[in-house]
Amino acid sequence: MKVDWFPLWLSLRVAALSTILTSAIGLWLVYLLTNREVRGRRVLEAIVTFPLLLPPTVLGYYLLVLLGQASPLGKFYEWVFGHPLLFTWQAAIVAAFIHSTPIFVKFARVPLENVSPIYQKAARALGASEWRIFWRISLPLVGRSLLAAVMIAFARSLGDFGMTIMIAGNVPHHTQTLSVAVYEAVEKGNGVLARILVLVISAIALAASYAAARLEPKRAAG
Amino acid sequence: MITARVKKQLSPGPNGSDVKLEIDLQTRQGITALYGAAGSGKTMVLEAIAGFLTPDEGRILLEDSILFDAASGVNLPPQRRRCGWIPQECSLFPHMTLQENLAFAVTCLTSPRLPRLERHRRVKETLQRFGLKDAAGKRPHEVPREVRQRCSFARAVICMPRVVLLDEPAQRLDPPLKTEFYQLLRQIQKDFRIPVLLATRDPEVCFELAEDLLVLHEGRVLQRGIPRAVFDQPATVEVARILGTFNLLPATITALDPVLKTSRLRVSDFDLMGPYFPGRLRGDNVTLCIRPDELTAMPREGKPGPNQLAAQLVRFTERLSIVRLEFTGNITVELARAEFERYRHNKDWLIHFPPQYLRAL
Repeated sequence: MKVDWFPLWLSLRVAALSTILTSAIGLWLVYLLTNREVRGRRVLEAIVTFPLLLPPTVLGYYLLVLLGQASPLGKFYEWVFGHPLLFTWQAAIVAAFIHSTPIFVKFARVPLENVSPIYQKAARALGASEWRIFWRISLPLVGRSLLAAVMIAFARSLGDFGMTIMIAGNVPHHTQTLSVAVYEAVEKGNGVLARILVLVISAIALAASYAAARLEPKRAAG
Repeated sequence: MITARVKKQLSPGPNGSDVKLEIDLQTRQGITALYGAAGSGKTMVLEAIAGFLTPDEGRILLEDSILFDAASGVNLPPQRRRCGWIPQECSLFPHMTLQENLAFAVTCLTSPRLPRLERHRRVKETLQRFGLKDAAGKRPHEVPREVRQRCSFARAVICMPRVVLLDEPAQRLDPPLKTEFYQLLRQIQKDFRIPVLLATRDPEVCFELAEDLLVLHEGRVLQRGIPRAVFDQPATVEVARILGTFNLLPATITALDPVLKTSRLRVSDFDLMGPYFPGRLRGDNVTLCIRPDELTAMPREGKPGPNQLAAQLVRFTERLSIVRLEFTGNITVELARAEFERYRHNKDWLIHFPPQYLRAL
């Protein structure tokens, strides 16, 4: 049986680009959430956690409305790129980004909050700005944990189904990601293909999860 | 010079007790020590000056600029206070080398922002001055504690702060390194002429370094003065307890003679002659205060003489050159080691209270 590997390559591409986006925007969100001077942190925290609590189809519906051709965002995208965003492989990136960012923020925030405040205080006394302290002191001190959060975000990006199918659709060789391909294989009764794809996606997720665990700093015994 | 008059009520501590800061202090040029037991509020005072703790009311001035003023809502962020802050734990950034730590500090200088070459020159010069040249490329965990401490100082003063705030600086140093640390701090003071405010619970640090001493207890300054004067004449029983170096005995004044400048005191069941205590009246209950090194002790032979008390030795602790003897009645005497050696096995002693050293609090 010939296996079509396009969904795998598309998923990897989508996950890679989404992870870059998640790392950049997620880090900024983490900065805002860990900076005591920022007002409205609780509201921001609630907004970041929100996607974790909603069913993916509901989130997909929100995105359909928010990014549709009639919406200002959709119009802006079409004006910049010359084509609508919905039902393209780029829409799958948006879905993966929404799917993985809350998890990235949760994973990256804890080690940053656990950095001994003594370093931040020392840097403040030296005159360093909060942004500089974040980049030069806090981030390098949690480098490994942050990389672990990136790995988790990557694994998570691979796995979205509900939002992807609602805003990117299921167009073979265009927008069909691995998780969507599994769904289609099962629906068509192609058990062998479904098993192969499931094993592949599981192996990648497990490898990313193992890498993240290895990257987490070891805790002292006792 | 720092002038601080602030109040801060903190949430109750783990034992449910109120933690309150009610400070009114002024420091001078030179080294000022904030002396107090653990939990007396020393660190909070330093943090309030550095800008890490916001008082509820009051005002903090550094030279002629306002760092904090509750009434007008001024509260400069730590970044703009220009206070060199050296906490108890090592605060050198662990992911940077010692040189990078200094370079980080110099690049934080924004008024005026130094040109790249000048920054480089200043880092090199500071490494040289603090004897850090050989360890410049090493990270803090790769160098000994005394080098880390030198680097902490170097990093604090490289930006020319207006005051250096030091929290328990010699607490974790071994005795030989303490001497080195004292020299270093004196040298910094001499070279940079930056006022230093240091928090400590070590009387030795106060004597070695401080030109001015503030005794702190439960968030309040109880006494201030030059260290020798404070340790010689504590203002209250509380201060004497905090200084921890005194015998404190409850007594009643039974006679006062302003002509002969003498007094008589009743301490439990024996009488003592003392100096005249101005402002005291006959019948006043006071606390007699005398340092262990001001008392003398000798083996008991016959009846106690004037100002002598018979007591039994409970235990002794040997130090480098002195022996600390603890007697019945909670009286402690310090004797020279050689003197003690002659009567090491003696149990019954006479303790002599020289009248000129008796203080009534």
